[in-house]
Amino acid sequence: MAEVLVVVETTGAVGAAGGYGVKKVTLEMLTLARELGEPAAVVFGAPGGAQELGAKLGEYGAVKVYAAEGEQITAHLVAPKATVLAELIRRVQPAAVLIGSTQEGKEIAGRVAVKLDNGLLTDVVALAADGTATQVAFAGSTIVKSRVTRGLPLVTVRPNSVTPTPAPAAAPAVEAVAVALGENDTLARVVERVAEQKGTRPELTEANVVVSGGRGVGSADNFKLVEEIADLLGGAVGASRAATDSGFYPHQFQVGQTGKTVSPQLYVALGISGAIQHRAGMQTSKTIVAVNKDPEAPIFELADFGVVGDLFKVVPQAAEEIRKRT
Amino acid sequence: MNIVVLVKQVPDSGAERNLRSDDSTVDRGSASNVINEMDEYAIEEALRIREAHGGEVTVLSMGPAGAAESIRKALSMGPDGAVHVVDDALHGSCAVATSKVLAAALRTLSPDLVLCGAESTDGRVQVVPHMLAERLGVAALTGARKLTVDGGTLTVERQTEEGYEVVTAPAPAVVSVWDTINEPRYPSFKGIMAAKKKPLRTLALADLGIPADEVGLAGATSAVVEHSQRPPRSGGQKITDGGDGGVRLVEFLAAEKFV
Repeated sequence: MAEVLVVVETTGAVGAAGGYGVKKVTLEMLTLARELGEPAAVVFGAPGGAQELGAKLGEYGAVKVYAAEGEQITAHLVAPKATVLAELIRRVQPAAVLIGSTQEGKEIAGRVAVKLDNGLLTDVVALAADGTATQVAFAGSTIVKSRVTRGLPLVTVRPNSVTPTPAPAAAPAVEAVAVALGENDTLARVVERVAEQKGTRPELTEANVVVSGGRGVGSADNFKLVEEIADLLGGAVGASRAATDSGFYPHQFQVGQTGKTVSPQLYVALGISGAIQHRAGMQTSKTIVAVNKDPEAPIFELADFGVVGDLFKVVPQAAEEIRKRT
Repeated sequence: MNIVVLVKQVPDSGAERNLRSDDSTVDRGSASNVINEMDEYAIEEALRIREAHGGEVTVLSMGPAGAAESIRKALSMGPDGAVHVVDDALHGSCAVATSKVLAAALRTLSPDLVLCGAESTDGRVQVVPHMLAERLGVAALTGARKLTVDGGTLTVERQTEEGYEVVTAPAPAVVSVWDTINEPRYPSFKGIMAAKKKPLRTLALADLGIPADEVGLAGATSAVVEHSQRPPRSGGQKITDGGDGGVRLVEFLAAEKFV
């Protein structure tokens, strides 16, 4: 059976071995890959990372782990990974290549597509055994089925698209892959990485529950209320563009057309009117609940359960009730 | 510094958008078309660099004849001139082909810096900056929230999930920007009048030496098999808080097994 290459998305400090974790989207991709062939994981990062992640990848069916590791990979943006991956594809001739639909994942795929003159499909939410991919376009309003018509199926998979299911393989063998770069691959050099307080909340695009606040939250200080509900539900915190532009919450947590696209099991919208800008980033969520003081707010057209009311009364009461029940 | 800003005309993301029923391409005929919002930040950044370091700013756009309207709008913000790649054969081009065409056009302009928005609101694919860099053999610094030009060195600050990183590359390079980088200016009346007289050059595929069958639907590397409207979500229960709204919300969450 032909191999299906899955590019591993990791959590944790890039550039330092230890503390690596596998992102959920990786496990989703391994689950998808099993339908298409024999999953083989590709790990980019610091030396030792592939060894560290091998057991977890094997748990989800990876039969082999390709390790491309070292400073050449971690100290530069995108290009070295694309060069190594394209070379691996030429050598292995996989049935398909799956990459996470993150900014970097898409960028790697883009470069590989040019190198191999191969089609690519991004933001894929389902992948059939024959390579037909399902994508959601235009803010979740259109469903598209597409195929790569030149080359092999090269797809980037959107997080939270499939349920990861374990299928233990024998401990996968780790094979080191040579990192042979061209001079153009090392032009973009990372000179500094600054870690910001991250806390224990799940990553926004991967979270099962997302609790977002909008203009109605009113201030940065009031976002504590949003965070409290998120923590009680084990979720991530998001914000509308109105809230991030007003400085209530940092920009990287923006959900919407110009921010992240999320598709959690539960989306809680607090003080968010539901402008198309915001809906673009969340309307494929499974269950949506909303609290807003304006009964005409468009968010209620999407919400499975909506409360028209003052969020400063409704939300603290909800928090209290959750505490009582858990 | 010679700067080229990539501008794309897209269907307004605030209006209803569709794929065409005949060839599954983006319906640009019935939609109201605008400059891709993120590109306005790229134009603004280019103008600021010109103000600080001198040089020229050229807008480059690939699109149907109607895109000229958005190009004039871009020029009204202050760029010096524009190049419009327009050719019927381009209709339905995939990202791989688009990058081939834009790279060929960029070679004729030999910029020190290519600026663009981090993504377009229609496709949201985010791959073109790196595809261009790959074709041109230069660096791509994507998703910038801050850009510094120091002689021939470009330094970008970009958001990551862990925090942020600082990345540097020699010019020429492709830099894509997020909307966190600046606040785009509004075109002035003078700017709008001036834009009408600025040079807008058109290029066809033949001018770029690209055969028609390598682009458009004919040369696409992927194809839409089918597309359909996602059934609209229907609103569920809506209650008005009568003092127990929080409790009832949690009762709903509990019934759905979230609590």
